[in-house]
Amino acid sequence: METATTERSLSQPMRTPEVPARGRQVGEASPVPATTPETLIRIRDLTLRYGDKVALSKIDLDIAKHRVTAFIGPSGCGKSTLIRCLNRMNDLVDGVSVAGSIYLGDTDVYDSRTDVVALRRRVGMVFQKSNPFPKSIYENVAYGLRIGGVRRKAVLDEAVERSLVAAALWDEVRDRLGDSALSLSGGQQQRLCIARAVAVEPEVVLMDEPCSALDPIATAKIESLIHELRSRYTIVIVTHNMQQAARVSDLTAFLYLGRLIEVAETDRIFTAPQKRETEDYITGRFG
Amino acid sequence: MKSLWKSGDPFVWLSGGALALSLLMVAGLIGLVLRNGFGYFWPGDLVELGLRSGRVVLGEIVERQAIPDPGAAVGERVRYRVQVKQGNRDAYGADFLWIDEDDVVRQRQPADAVVIERREWGNAYGFVTAVKEGDETVARGADAWRALHSRLPETTRLTQEIRDVETGTIGAISYEQERIRVQLRGLQRRNVLDPEKVRVLEDRARELQAAYDQELARLALLRARLTGAAILAVAGAGERVVPLEQIVRAERPNEMDIGEKLAVYLSKVWEFVSANPRESNTEGGVFPAIFGTVMMVVVMSILVVPLGVLAAFYLREYARQGAFVSAVRIAVNNLAGVPSIVFGVFGVGFFIYTIGGSIDRFFYADALPTPTFGTGGILWASLTLALLTVPVVIVATEEGLAAVPRGAREASLALGATKFETMWRVVLPAVLPSILTGLILAMARAAGEVAPLMLTGVVKLAPALPLDGFAPFLHLDRKFMHLGFHIYDVGFQSPNVDAARPMVYNTTLLLLLIVLALNLTAIVLRNRLKRRLTVSAV
Repeated sequence: METATTERSLSQPMRTPEVPARGRQVGEASPVPATTPETLIRIRDLTLRYGDKVALSKIDLDIAKHRVTAFIGPSGCGKSTLIRCLNRMNDLVDGVSVAGSIYLGDTDVYDSRTDVVALRRRVGMVFQKSNPFPKSIYENVAYGLRIGGVRRKAVLDEAVERSLVAAALWDEVRDRLGDSALSLSGGQQQRLCIARAVAVEPEVVLMDEPCSALDPIATAKIESLIHELRSRYTIVIVTHNMQQAARVSDLTAFLYLGRLIEVAETDRIFTAPQKRETEDYITGRFG
Repeated sequence: MKSLWKSGDPFVWLSGGALALSLLMVAGLIGLVLRNGFGYFWPGDLVELGLRSGRVVLGEIVERQAIPDPGAAVGERVRYRVQVKQGNRDAYGADFLWIDEDDVVRQRQPADAVVIERREWGNAYGFVTAVKEGDETVARGADAWRALHSRLPETTRLTQEIRDVETGTIGAISYEQERIRVQLRGLQRRNVLDPEKVRVLEDRARELQAAYDQELARLALLRARLTGAAILAVAGAGERVVPLEQIVRAERPNEMDIGEKLAVYLSKVWEFVSANPRESNTEGGVFPAIFGTVMMVVVMSILVVPLGVLAAFYLREYARQGAFVSAVRIAVNNLAGVPSIVFGVFGVGFFIYTIGGSIDRFFYADALPTPTFGTGGILWASLTLALLTVPVVIVATEEGLAAVPRGAREASLALGATKFETMWRVVLPAVLPSILTGLILAMARAAGEVAPLMLTGVVKLAPALPLDGFAPFLHLDRKFMHLGFHIYDVGFQSPNVDAARPMVYNTTLLLLLIVLALNLTAIVLRNRLKRRLTVSAV
């Protein structure tokens, strides 16, 4: 765990034209370059419309490598839409238009020449409702590898075990890998989905309210799993639950009505929010 | 009143009543079929009736009914009449006879009365008085019955051997001869007068002709051995000669106990499902029709499933949803409302004349003017029915596609699968049960359809099955028999309606059983798939 003092200087400021910028401008040199974590994803001036309706407005946000970034905000604020921009899952929705840019490392995500299939192999995703395939546990985890052309049994076996271990599910299912994934409990299914996502070794794992359908015990398991995973993956999580954001994330971004209001390290957001809307939301005055 | 309606009770009665009515009608239909069909094969007792006119009638009583008399006073005694199957069509001219019960003065069941099922002219009823071998009488009186039964197995074996030669050996020779004729014609047509080739073919044709003549001689020898005959005393028609090779079975039902009758019953049922028809389909079996029906449904299924599934995938997964796609969908659904005979006409015009005609011109030109594919056949009938049932498969598949959870598709796409990989590996397996549902409905519809088949390849009597031992084994160009058409033909085109009626019911029953069997197979398969797809969480 990073200490609060270092994290403070690491936080990436947001910038929206409507709201006067706080702190440094985007692209300004960091005051403590030596400990600045690498920025993996750069979102610049991102505006997304569903038909005529503006869902995201001029978002600027940097997401740090090997950190957990949480998106919070009231329902309909655009946090799920934003996370789905990162692996272009929004492409599946009719009538979506996107302006601005997102860079994953050097890759321009929304460039027309970008291979979406290759992008999604780098940016895995876990969904709100656990959605294992109606296949065996083994086949669920091996799915992404098989799609990627891996045929050798030994490679698949190794990857399945590694992923299930990483998702803290191995001990529970090691004796019944051939059983249907649908025979697992809700929390196990969600961890299976995480194992499935990490099996293809992505750089980023997106989690869209991964615990909203789970009971507190299953939620606790997923949260501790997120702690484990962040040493190897960059994690972006959308959550309704502010305690959860406080527990699992290093950085928190607050979105409201399609705009990014504030982003800072999590401690700061919850103890000393800079914006009025943020404070109102986290103190429960609305949302 | 209003509160009664609100309470929902009337709705329960209404819905329950509707279900009960539907069940009643279906049960009534099946009951009618069972009652009229099942009894037919049971060997009934033979009754000898002495009539007031002095005439004697021997036969089975098949029906008894009140004589309709609209002028009768109330309370007047109702008179009855019975229908007797007297057989011996060659002697009497008619198999069935109505007799007023009032005319019957004497009735008995002679133990030695005999029913002989013949290959021609229907049943014969009477008393066996003698058995002859050529002109020589070998047994007389009480011994005749035993002599008849001791000779029957050998005669049956001989007739079977004759049939084997006729259809097997001679059939194979004819098939080969026809092929050589077509080859020779092809050489002539292309002006390839390569004398060497022609000579080889002609030599082969001469060999075949020699073999053919040899087989004919063998047949004549076999036939010469069939000399036995039974002499049957027939009521009111003197003594009739029944050649032994004409006898399918000869029984004395009045002497038989229940076990023997059951054995005869089962052997008749087995004959019905396994033998070829006789007597313009009113007797014998319906095996070619069973075979044709099942094969047509199978070929249709093989054609309709890929067509319907691919069309549904395009409509639901690739086409941009909008007014045009909705219009296409409505049009496809309404295709099911087009009268089936119209599909038959389309089948004739498009499949047979256009496609079949072209195939003949390009690939079977040597056989012309005899058409190969340019005439009705099982392929064209199956294709026509595939067209008729494709809306069912499309609708069922589309509904299945709409029910595949979005989450499953997204999970696959998020793992870097392309749209095609997602459909192939996730959507298609999930939609298989729906496809099978569509197939079940399509099969039930196709198996019972008759009208389009009459135009596209069904015949009253097919000389050969569409699947046999001659290469290429599967003959999709052949005409075939079908149970549904068999029902129509036997029931409404038969010269002997009374004799044919039980066959109609039995054929209906058989068709129902076949549809049931086909559907059960698909249902079992579907449930197995469904179980694999939806194991509930523990």
